[in-house]
Formats: sequence, C-alpha cells, structure tokens
Amino acid sequence: MTTITTTTPEISERTLWSVIQKVTSNFLLRRLVRALFSIWLVTTITFFVVRAMPGNAVDILIQELTAQGVSPEDAKNQAAALMNIDLDQPLAGQYLDYLGNVLRGDLGRSYKSAGLSVTEMITQVLPWTLFSVGLSLLITFVLGIGLGAIMAYKRDTWIDHVLSNLAATLDAISPYLIGLLAILLFGLTWKIVPITEMRGAMSPGMKPGFNFEFLADIFMHVRVLLLVYVLSSIGSWMLQMKSNTVSTLGEDYVTVARARGLTDGRILTAYVGRNATLPLFTRLAISIGFVVGGSVLLETLFTYRGVGFLLARSISERDYPVMQGVFLIITAAVVFANLLADYVYGWLDPRVRISGGDN
Amino acid sequence: MNNIRDALIGFWRETAKTFKILSRNKMGLFGFSIVSLIILLSIFGPLIWPAEVSANVAEINKGVSAEHWLGTDFQGQDNLRKIINGGKDIVVIALLTGGLSMLIAVIVGSFSAFVGGKVDSILMEFVNIWLTIPKFPLLAVLATVLSLKNVVMLSVLMALLDWPALARQVRSQVLSLRNREYIEAAVMLDFGTPRIIFRELLPNMMSFVAISTIFEMTHAIYQQTGLVFLGIVPYSSANWGVMISAAERRGVLFNPQASWSILAPMAAIILFQLGLVSFARSLDEVFNPRLRTSV
Repeated sequence: MTTITTTTPEISERTLWSVIQKVTSNFLLRRLVRALFSIWLVTTITFFVVRAMPGNAVDILIQELTAQGVSPEDAKNQAAALMNIDLDQPLAGQYLDYLGNVLRGDLGRSYKSAGLSVTEMITQVLPWTLFSVGLSLLITFVLGIGLGAIMAYKRDTWIDHVLSNLAATLDAISPYLIGLLAILLFGLTWKIVPITEMRGAMSPGMKPGFNFEFLADIFMHVRVLLLVYVLSSIGSWMLQMKSNTVSTLGEDYVTVARARGLTDGRILTAYVGRNATLPLFTRLAISIGFVVGGSVLLETLFTYRGVGFLLARSISERDYPVMQGVFLIITAAVVFANLLADYVYGWLDPRVRISGGDN
Repeated sequence: MNNIRDALIGFWRETAKTFKILSRNKMGLFGFSIVSLIILLSIFGPLIWPAEVSANVAEINKGVSAEHWLGTDFQGQDNLRKIINGGKDIVVIALLTGGLSMLIAVIVGSFSAFVGGKVDSILMEFVNIWLTIPKFPLLAVLATVLSLKNVVMLSVLMALLDWPALARQVRSQVLSLRNREYIEAAVMLDFGTPRIIFRELLPNMMSFVAISTIFEMTHAIYQQTGLVFLGIVPYSSANWGVMISAAERRGVLFNPQASWSILAPMAAIILFQLGLVSFARSLDEVFNPRLRTSV
C-alpha cells in the first residue's frame, strides 16, 4: 500500500508533464490551444471594457436609462437584463456568469432594437460577410499570386514596372478611400453602377434559393464591394509573391531542374510556384484581420448588411450589448479562419508540422 | 564620454551619406519632398492662411475658380484653406503613433532577443496571439467606450494596439544582426558598448526601423479617417478625415457639383500616404543594395 501511495503522485505528475509536452509539440493541437486562448483573451478584454473600467458601458447605459425618466433601481435591472448579468454580484462572479453566457451562445439583448436577441441579429447578417470576405480573399490570393509570378518572370520589363508601381500605389491607399473613389467614379462620374439600388445584400422581395436569378442578384449587390476588397489588399500579395518568386528562381534546385531539361511549365508549377507560395500562408493571418477590419468601414459605406455594418451601427447608436456581441463574433471568426489557414499550411508543408512553424 | 561623442559624429556622418544616396533616387526624392511639403504646410500654413470662422452662403458648393483653387464646401468655405488648416491633426497622429509604437517595439523586441529563453518564447507567443485579433474592430470598440478627448490619446491607444507586430520584426532583426561577423569582431576588438550600438548595430537597423515606422504611420492615418467616418472620434477640429465624412454626410456622393469638397481632402490623404510609402520603398532600395536599380 505504502509503495502505491508514494509513487502515484509522481506518475501522475509525469503523465501530466508528458501531456503538456505533447500538446506543445503537436502542431495542430498547439494551434487549437492558441486559437482558443485568443478568443478567451478578447472575451476578457471586452468584459473589462464593458463592465469593469471607470465610465464603462453598463454605467453609461444605466445613466442613459435614468435620463429617460426610469428610476435608478429599474434602470439597473433593465441594464442587467439586457446584458444578461447580475449586477449585484461581485465582479468575479459577473465575469464567470458572462463567460458562461458566451459559451452557451447567449450574448444578451439589443438595447435599441427593442429586446431583439443579439445572437439572432448576428446570425442574420453573418453569412453575407463570410460570403463577401471569403470570396474576395480567394480572388485576391489567386490573382495576387498569378500577377506576382508574372512580375518576377518578366522582371525589369515594362510589365513589371507597371504592375509594381500599381501594386505599391494600391498598397499605400486606405481601403476606405478606395471605396469612396469607387463610388465617386462608378456611381457619380461614369454612372455605370446604380449605387443606391446596390444597397443591402440582396434586392427587397428576393427569395433566397439556389437559382440563377438569386445568384445574379446577390452578385449585383456585392460586385463593387468585392472589387474594392480585392484592390485594397492585392498590392501587398503581388509584391510579396514577386520577391518570393525572384528568390526561389535563384535557388540551386531550380538551376538543376533546368539542367535536367524539365519544361518551363513543370518548373513553374512543381518547383518555383509551390515554394514561392508557401510562405504567403503565414501572411494570411494579417490579411484576414485586415480585410475583416476594413469590412466595418466598407460595408457601412456600401450599406451592405453584414457584421461590419452591424458593428458600425451598434457603435453609432451606442448599443453596447450588440457591440460587444458582434465584436466577439468577428474576432472568433477571424481566429478560426486563421486556424484553418494554419492547418492548410501544415498540410501543404510537412516541415511546419514538425518544427512548430514559428518563424 | 569622448567615445560617445565620436560615435555620435560617426552616426551623423552615416546619416548624411544616406541622404546623399537617397537624393539620387527619384522615387525617394518625390516621396520625401511631398511628405516634407505637407508637414511644413500643416505647421506654418495656418499662420499665413488662418481658418475661416463664418459660413459664406453666397459661395456654397462652387467648383474650381481663380478665387477658390479647390472649390468651396457646403458652408461656402474655401477647400484649399481648409486643407491647409486640417493637416496638423493627421501629421501629429501619424508621427506620434508611428514613433511611439516603434519605440515600444524596439524596447520589447530587442529585450526579447537578448534575454532569450522562456521570457522570449512567452513574449513571442503573446505577440502571435495578438496578431490574430482584428485590430480595427478592437480599436473602434475601445475608442467608443473610452470616448477619447484628443488626438494624443487616440495616438497612444493606436500605438498600444499596434506595437506587437513591429516587435516581432525587431526581434528577428536583432537576432540576425547579433550573430553577424562585424558585430562579433567589434565585440572582440573591445570597441565598447556605445560604439557598438551607435556605429554597428543601430545604423544597420535604422533602415528597417525607419521603413516600419513609416508603414505604421500610413496605417495610423487609415485608422484615424476610419474612426472619424464611423463617428467615434469627435468632430472637434476640422482635419482631413472630418472633411471627408462631413462632405459624405452632406450627400456629396450624389451631388457632382460638390465633388471638390470630398476630392480635395481625399487627394491630400492619398498624397501623404503615397509620399510616405514611396519614401519608405526608396529607403529599402538604398539600404539593400541588391535591390538598387539603375534609375
């Protein structure tokens, strides 16, 4: 008996340590833990910003309600009901309640839109943002890689000079200004796109369905937004791909492949393209965040009803429960998109899975 | 002390040499001139052409004329004069955010690189996590709740959110420079820490630091105009961002006659951003001779 009691803690400690080691050395698990940690971090930041700081959102909400003639006690109860937390509890208890609510998918109720559930409001608009941002990322990635490779193959020709300057210029200008320019040029000066009819994600009265009419309609509504997304982020992809391709072209294995008499097409796809594209996946993290961040401004500018639009509206209406919920969902979406990109990267490049992939 | 003075003189000489090379690069000269022109005009312009205080009903939404080079806005005020007076905020935000975030990044990044070990990996893990969080929505939410009073507070907030990405770059720069032969040689020759830092390490990191700071500056301008558009940053002073969204709210997008009052501030911001970026790219060419073209 005595031997068992003395050895058990040692064994459990050792197994715990080996579990930790397995987690930190396993690429997929490690990234999952990192993603979950990011979401927890943001959830916590939002809680403290909304609840714990002096002059926080809940206090402002109570003030606003009292200013409308509600008694202080009622105002407090109303605010607590909207935010779904018990304000009489100590802060730590409120925090745990809040975490529990978030885990159950309960994000409280809107303050301005008469008690509408925040989760419901978000699920209504989320598909449109996923659709437009996802599609634009895909187009940008493919087009940026293609143009970047062309620039590298034709370097120091006029094509390279034109494309390089174009990419550098697009990269320098804010997405918001590109969006304004698009409206001014397409809608006002050239009058080729009806900007007012394009508002919203689809025309009123249109029934969602998998038919040509519906697809054509949502494309009509998204096209300029899509163009602006692509223009605002394609520059950095092109420049990065160009420099990657140029350095890959100088590698010994490319020279060897040439010496072996492989065709240019085969060298491009199997040797240069693959190795030049792989490092770009690490940039996806920054790019996804950038595009989603830009969606707050661009969806508002084009009145495209996605999560960015909802966040902007909740900010201008000071609708704190909605603001908090939408911000959480946006962050979670970006973090999971990054996780997906990490997994694809690990699948494409086995070296990353082994070394852990931190440059 | 003599040692430090010599080092500083040497550092100054290196900088002078850099500017000489830079003046041969057309893109860089173009960018540098635009940026300096905008900064000088924003600081000294308001002294010569102060802002108009009253509206001018007879001159609302006029086009370009000899009197009003860039037309007039919805209050009949001269757009060019508003541009001159509206640059200060933008310049201050760009310089302050760029400088402050780079300062934090240099301190944390080089500390992380020199200490190494567990501290380094924890710091870098934090940075990697921070990078996946979308910054603009976070900035928008924080700025709303904190209700920022002035441009300095806004710049500090932006710098606090943006430094981690820069710190990761600084760390890898320091790590790769520390093992270079000339640094090791300088250490072995016992040149002294000030000289090693000022003559060997810093000049070789300067290009990188300057370029990253400049890119952070353009990013800060983008974020500021975005916050103004969302109505988060108050309209207290008439800077370029405020001019754009004021014009947008007045329905300029549907009134071709008034388009100058939105085009003028947009052009000012785009010129400033383009100037900054082409200056940064030319710095890159100057400091990385392999990229240097025959232009």
